[in-house]
Amino acid sequence: MPEPFKVLTSRTLVLSQTNIDTDQILPARFLTTTSRDGLGALAFHDWRYESDGSPKPEAALNRIDPTRSRILVAGANFGCGSSREHAPWALLDYGFRAVVATEIADIFTANALKNGLLPVVVDPATWDDLANNPDQLVTIDLEAGELRRGDHAAVSFTVEPFARQCLLDGVDTLGWLQSHLPAIESFEHNTRPEPVA
Amino acid sequence: MTAPRTLYEKVWDRHVVVQETDATPAVLYVDLHLVHEVTSPQAFSEIESRGLRVRRPDRTFATLDHSTPTLPAMDGERPYVTPEAKSQVARLEQNCARHGIALAGWDSADRGVVHVMGPELGLTQPGMTVVCGDSHTATHGAFGALAFGIGTSEVAHVLATQCLLQRKAKSLRVTVDGALQPGVSGKDVALAVIAALGFGGGTGFVIEYAGEAVRGLDMEGRMTLCNMSIEAGARAGMIAPDEKTIDWLRGRRHVASGADYDALAADWLTLATDPGAVFDREFRLDGAAITPMATWGTTPDAGSPIGSKAPQPTSDSERKALAYMGFTAGETTTTQAVDVVFIGSCTNGRLPDLRAAAQILRGRKIKPGLRMLVVPGSEAVRRDAEAEGLDQVFIAAGAEWRIPGCSMCIAMNGDFVGPGQLAVSTSNRNFEGRQGKGARTILASPATAAASAVAGVLTDPRVYLQEAAHA
Ligand code: SF4
Repeated sequence: MPEPFKVLTSRTLVLSQTNIDTDQILPARFLTTTSRDGLGALAFHDWRYESDGSPKPEAALNRIDPTRSRILVAGANFGCGSSREHAPWALLDYGFRAVVATEIADIFTANALKNGLLPVVVDPATWDDLANNPDQLVTIDLEAGELRRGDHAAVSFTVEPFARQCLLDGVDTLGWLQSHLPAIESFEHNTRPEPVA
Repeated sequence: MTAPRTLYEKVWDRHVVVQETDATPAVLYVDLHLVHEVTSPQAFSEIESRGLRVRRPDRTFATLDHSTPTLPAMDGERPYVTPEAKSQVARLEQNCARHGIALAGWDSADRGVVHVMGPELGLTQPGMTVVCGDSHTATHGAFGALAFGIGTSEVAHVLATQCLLQRKAKSLRVTVDGALQPGVSGKDVALAVIAALGFGGGTGFVIEYAGEAVRGLDMEGRMTLCNMSIEAGARAGMIAPDEKTIDWLRGRRHVASGADYDALAADWLTLATDPGAVFDREFRLDGAAITPMATWGTTPDAGSPIGSKAPQPTSDSERKALAYMGFTAGETTTTQAVDVVFIGSCTNGRLPDLRAAAQILRGRKIKPGLRMLVVPGSEAVRRDAEAEGLDQVFIAAGAEWRIPGCSMCIAMNGDFVGPGQLAVSTSNRNFEGRQGKGARTILASPATAAASAVAGVLTDPRVYLQEAAHA
């Protein structure tokens, strides 16, 4: 169950290229894990490391302190590609708590929200300003649905209302779904033929 | 009289356990949950840590495909790429045994890539909801099922409750008019649709494919088309069931037979979108104008007709993609030597795909020095292909014939394209590094892949098909 998310104030890291897919976030060859721990070290692996395993000094992700830069500002269509939840697990384990983009892929959004990584979709003008001014101190206020920074007017964003409530209150979604078991049983009883299997 | 509804709405409505409200998503019932080794271990751990069991093992079906070697066992040992891959497979075997889930494991004649196997066994049926921890689950939409990929948390939700929390998506109808030209396949249609919609163009939508060209595709071609819906960002792609669907599924193991089947089939035909139903967005494409397609960049929407010139980049991302691929704007992509050709995956690893490739390779040799891997999508495909002698065609041409699995599509089992190598691949993703670190991927149809293997450069397969016709 994710930690509740209310207000986050942190610095930004900008990866401005569009279509950053889940194979970039966590290359497929690391998917043989059977746990969700320790993936932060592998996040963006091929952007961060040479073939011999030594870190690339020029990679922005190797130069920041992930405990201070917890907001990732990324190009449009971030998280496209596969449904692997390993992608948000890796980003969270690395240190990010929010991703800001003009467009974020569907399944990635669902996966991120379930793990307490907040996807924040903003308008292009706001995004341009964030992308052009890296390492800004930004506040993301989920309760108010606002992104605030410096002297700029607050920018509002929306999150699917149920996922928002779950994050604010630390609701366990699986537990919530289980509370509907009586309805699920009567649905099965009334409408579902037995599988032919 | 109810208002006219789309195929998607009809299937959705049949599965709503609890209606959605502004504050809460719908509780949606899942008819079939497909499971594989990569996205499930953490989900089993999650439910077990809560003391829960798999609620409907009879609606859950598992296979081994992603981490599995495609070379046979030697001295009883499977050549796993790493100990982790081996233990991941063992974990699924244990989880299935513990929870009473049917597993098409190593000893099973049913084992295959999850989206090839499900329909083959008749597990996938029209009007069902089908989910899997895999974004290409949309494949099953070819049968008029609502099928989509989910993350591992959701895999745990389905294991524990047989339901998912879902918001209804917007609807997009993609109509492909006209008849396809000879030598043009479902893959070319898919690449043309994605190029037209754009990589994120389908985000938030469920696509329904319609029109003469779509009707004209065989079920395998329809699966190829629906399979790639996610590459336009769409969660699912669907095609209304018709006589082809009914014929294809008849007699498969997990469907009813006799009069029961006829009753089911009659119901399936009622799923088609009603006349007058309104889509949130409509998109049309001229199918007769589609020619064999190939990608030039590092996203699946970067496709264009083979022989056309790589475009002038209009963004940094496009510039970067061209540089990564080693293509020059304004020049064709048909001159660079191809190092690897891969035929397989849940997109194009079915029998008609292998036949299309074999038609070109029969009596020909692949370019010396080029490596070609042919990986059937399932054990059933392998058996059928070998019965027809297709394996011998591939081997005689100089290709490697492997045992089923995802293989080079995702390159996590030890089959990969080397750094800097150029591959023509029938899979679905050409992302940087998807087929191996530094690998450069061109997506294309099986016929194009085979033609390119012979010529050693990206090649329009109609060149060879015409030769065959004239011979
Ligand atoms: S063949 Fe490729 S896309 Fe299909 S399930 Fe396997 S890895 Fe995924």
